[in-house]
Amino acid sequence: MDFTLSSDQRMILEMLDEVCEKEFAPRADEISETGEFPSENVKKLAELDLFGITIPKEFGGLGMDYATWTLIAERISKACATTGLIFGANLLCSYPLEEYGTEEQKKKFLPPLASGQSLGAFALTEPEAGSDAGNVQTTARKENGHFVLNGTKIFITNGEVADIYIVIASTDKKSGPRGLTAFLLEKGTEGFSFGQHFEKMGLSALPNVELIFNDCRVPTSSVLLKERRGFKVAMGTFAAGRIGVGIGALGIAEAAFEKARAYAKERVQFGRPISSFQAVQHMLADMATKIEAAKYLLYRAAWHLDRGEAFEQLASMGKLYASEVAMEVTTKAVQVFGGYGYMKDYPVERYMREAKLFEIIEGTSEIQRGIIANLILKER
Amino acid sequence: MNSQPERPTMDIVVCIKQVPDTEELPHIRVNRETNTLVRESAKGIINPFDENAIEEALRLRDAKGGRVTVISMGPPQAEEALRKALAMGADQAVLISDSSLAGSDTLATSYTLAMGIKKIGSFSLLILGKQAIDGDTAQVGPGLAEWLRIPQITYARKIEINGNKIRAERALEDAFEKVESTLPCLVTVTKEINIPRYPSLKGLLSAKKKEVLVWSADDLTLDRKRIGLEGSPTWVIKIFTPEAPPKGEVLAGEMPEVADRLIEKLREREVF
Amino acid sequence: MAEMRVDLEKCNGCGECISSCSFSALELKDGKVRILAACNFCGACVDVCPEEALVLEKEEKRVDVSSYRGVWVFAEQRQREIMPVTYELLGEGRKLAEDLEEELSLVLLGWKIEEKARELARYSVDKLYLVQDPLLEHYCTDLYAQALVDLVRAECPEIILLGATSLGRDLAPRVAARLKTGLTADCTGLAIEPEERNLLQTRPALGGNILATIISPRHRPQMATVRPKVMKRAEPDGKNQMRVIKIKPDLASQGPMVKILDLIREEKNVADLQEAEIIVSGGRGLGKPENFSLIRRLADLLGGAVGASRAVVDAEWIPSYHQVGQTGKTVQPKLYVACGISGAIQHQAGMRGSEIIVAINKDPGAPIFDIATYGIVADLHRFLPVLIDKLEKREKAAGLKNSIWEK
Repeated sequence: MDFTLSSDQRMILEMLDEVCEKEFAPRADEISETGEFPSENVKKLAELDLFGITIPKEFGGLGMDYATWTLIAERISKACATTGLIFGANLLCSYPLEEYGTEEQKKKFLPPLASGQSLGAFALTEPEAGSDAGNVQTTARKENGHFVLNGTKIFITNGEVADIYIVIASTDKKSGPRGLTAFLLEKGTEGFSFGQHFEKMGLSALPNVELIFNDCRVPTSSVLLKERRGFKVAMGTFAAGRIGVGIGALGIAEAAFEKARAYAKERVQFGRPISSFQAVQHMLADMATKIEAAKYLLYRAAWHLDRGEAFEQLASMGKLYASEVAMEVTTKAVQVFGGYGYMKDYPVERYMREAKLFEIIEGTSEIQRGIIANLILKER
Repeated sequence: MNSQPERPTMDIVVCIKQVPDTEELPHIRVNRETNTLVRESAKGIINPFDENAIEEALRLRDAKGGRVTVISMGPPQAEEALRKALAMGADQAVLISDSSLAGSDTLATSYTLAMGIKKIGSFSLLILGKQAIDGDTAQVGPGLAEWLRIPQITYARKIEINGNKIRAERALEDAFEKVESTLPCLVTVTKEINIPRYPSLKGLLSAKKKEVLVWSADDLTLDRKRIGLEGSPTWVIKIFTPEAPPKGEVLAGEMPEVADRLIEKLREREVF
Repeated sequence: MAEMRVDLEKCNGCGECISSCSFSALELKDGKVRILAACNFCGACVDVCPEEALVLEKEEKRVDVSSYRGVWVFAEQRQREIMPVTYELLGEGRKLAEDLEEELSLVLLGWKIEEKARELARYSVDKLYLVQDPLLEHYCTDLYAQALVDLVRAECPEIILLGATSLGRDLAPRVAARLKTGLTADCTGLAIEPEERNLLQTRPALGGNILATIISPRHRPQMATVRPKVMKRAEPDGKNQMRVIKIKPDLASQGPMVKILDLIREEKNVADLQEAEIIVSGGRGLGKPENFSLIRRLADLLGGAVGASRAVVDAEWIPSYHQVGQTGKTVQPKLYVACGISGAIQHQAGMRGSEIIVAINKDPGAPIFDIATYGIVADLHRFLPVLIDKLEKREKAAGLKNSIWEK
């Protein structure tokens, strides 16, 4: 066991801390209020080469490990959860490309993803296919060496701003999950358009968009992995994505905790700082403890992923636990702030609204418990 | 426009200084009882105006080709500042560090840097920040230009290179001045000139592999009488803290009452 | 070369000297003090050592300083207007000249500026060196430096004062480097040390948190730039005793190395900030950019300008020309209202010279309260609307009164 950061990691994080403090954190409130896509932040992430962390060097990335990616995503999310999720959603495109892509697909799509010139997105969710991922209604019909896509995807993170999409469609309806295929699509492909932008409780600047496929023709070379292997692509992507979502939740929890701690030391009631009251102390102690616990579940999941070992169970546990901790910590942070906490002048109410999403996306808490139960019951 | 041949590339030298980070409070504060500076691990940073100087050099190089060399005079730990400059994209870094340079004032510093720059070789442009935020003298730039016998353009908020001509906008108190000179030339820049980049990850990782050249006084051809304390006409004979401002008054109470009292105070002092 | 020594016999390792050192140049080793490379030979430790164990040995003077006599003030003109700092330097220069029992001279460089020379004659000045040449009509570093250096070499003054303006700070270091003499930037205090006739030059450093007194004991002339608006302006004495010495400089005929193409007046608001009598500044405590409307409203009501801290300028809440502080503008208004600004020393550096400082901040530990004349520990989002409301009512009442008077 070794939790020491490498000198490269320390150097990167030191630089990133400065960027987060000076660029991302000060704009987080504004972004959330206006709901405008934080293109400046995305540009900054690109300039700093952050999109290319895990992408191999031969494709223009830095070829670093997922553990480092995790540390970086944690900090970005802590400063600005919206930016953290955009960063994370991008991984849902680059990860499956790295894992399942052909040499040609990698050559074409990874360099622009690494440089940040292109953003990525992953599209599975449909009105009738949320937790029931196998129930995809979008179809891909084979026709003269092409596939023709028809259907609608909803809530797609980075939709419309992304240039490269991985889309899960059914090539064989009656086979259910086994009939799903993953396709690589570029924005601008004929028959591929964008619909509604969804208005959310929080994270208003995060694009969650409807994708519409209307006789959209793609060549067979755009199939990722293999025909009828789309469910494997989706599940593999989500497993890794859960580390990203968990770490996003953790970042929010850390931000809320730090705000609550500072406020508790500063706020005077009954002639002394409220941090001297045991009730507040216990709240803070619980918050800090759970944050640490969530952190190491996620770090360890990333560590196994880097070693090519089974990480799915830990990733699910980490995502489940971190998102629930984020909800709890942000709610308590509002409590520590009291009346002010409920006001929009302070960021803690925003954290609370943001945290809720994390218990839902990338598999709800209920789905995570199901996955974990399945895996632990297989063992003897 | 001009008959002289275009310089093929721009070799640029940037002089930087490592300074304590005054942004990081309360790292530096004055202890009123002992009248001394309390430096709680004040982190060293690149002088902010020098970051603008580096940025400008990198932009010019990227547009015109050439090399950017960053040079600093200071204690061994100033290497950190140079490393950051390398990570931002500078091609080469030189640190002049020697115990015999201790006590250098701006004249001795500009002389030593000038000798270091001569050792680096020829250059088209020499860029500095308009001043360092610790000393605030703004004297090293013009001093360097004098030792090197080149024109100087101070307080530049915009520069443009065309062939061997430089045009700049100088920010004066209430106006700006458009000027023109020939290269090689020394320019000191203000914060308005650009927004310095952060080092990219690739920059950070490759800077680790680059070497920072460290030159001692012996590595330079220089007159020993012109360096360090010996070469410094000015001597600091006393350092003290300014008289503490008279203890202010805290206005406390209900807000409307505090507002009334503040207005009353300001009226008494003839603000209205 | 100066040298710091420790008398190891006398040193008892008490460490008094270590806390007195501003340069962290002393350390204790094996119970004795050691001098490190960072030593600046300021001698602060020598004064505090109870055992007299620290010795500072300074080298003897080399230049014959006694052959340099008199005090010079560089008269700064732009577009044939004498800059205000010149009159401040005249007041200070006169005092120094009296202490030295020497003459006070002015040096004016330009072209067709005889009329300005007459204006200067109204002040208590002994001599005016009027250096005129068409090439000197507008300021340029190299030709002004050349003219001034030649004159110094011919006349050997012992002190030269220049304003610490963009011009003075461009010219003085170039001249000092050519003369290889000492120059102290941005002085706020000047005095004469009678014994050695040294000019004691006091200037702020590290954003005004410390002051340093500097001398140039072995070099003449002693040059200093003086911060504008610090020294008291001289009053005309009406005696008209000034002798004018006209000089035709010998300048490089090819003209200046840096040519001026154009001069453009800055937009009004920039000059506004430095000239404003009242400034209301906002910092990160505002929470978001829209809240600058509170600051603007308050500034309007007080008839002042809007300032800002570096943090909010960096966050692009407000353009950078509003920035007050070490990397922004230095201001000295009558009233400075800091709202939601913690008061990092880099901010203080730009505004601590203000006559009245009002600080509004919800953190009672904020360093801005250390220098505030009136401190208000409150949430500015709640306090400013109350204050604005009161001021609006006051204005209305005053308006009413005025309209009654008019009738």
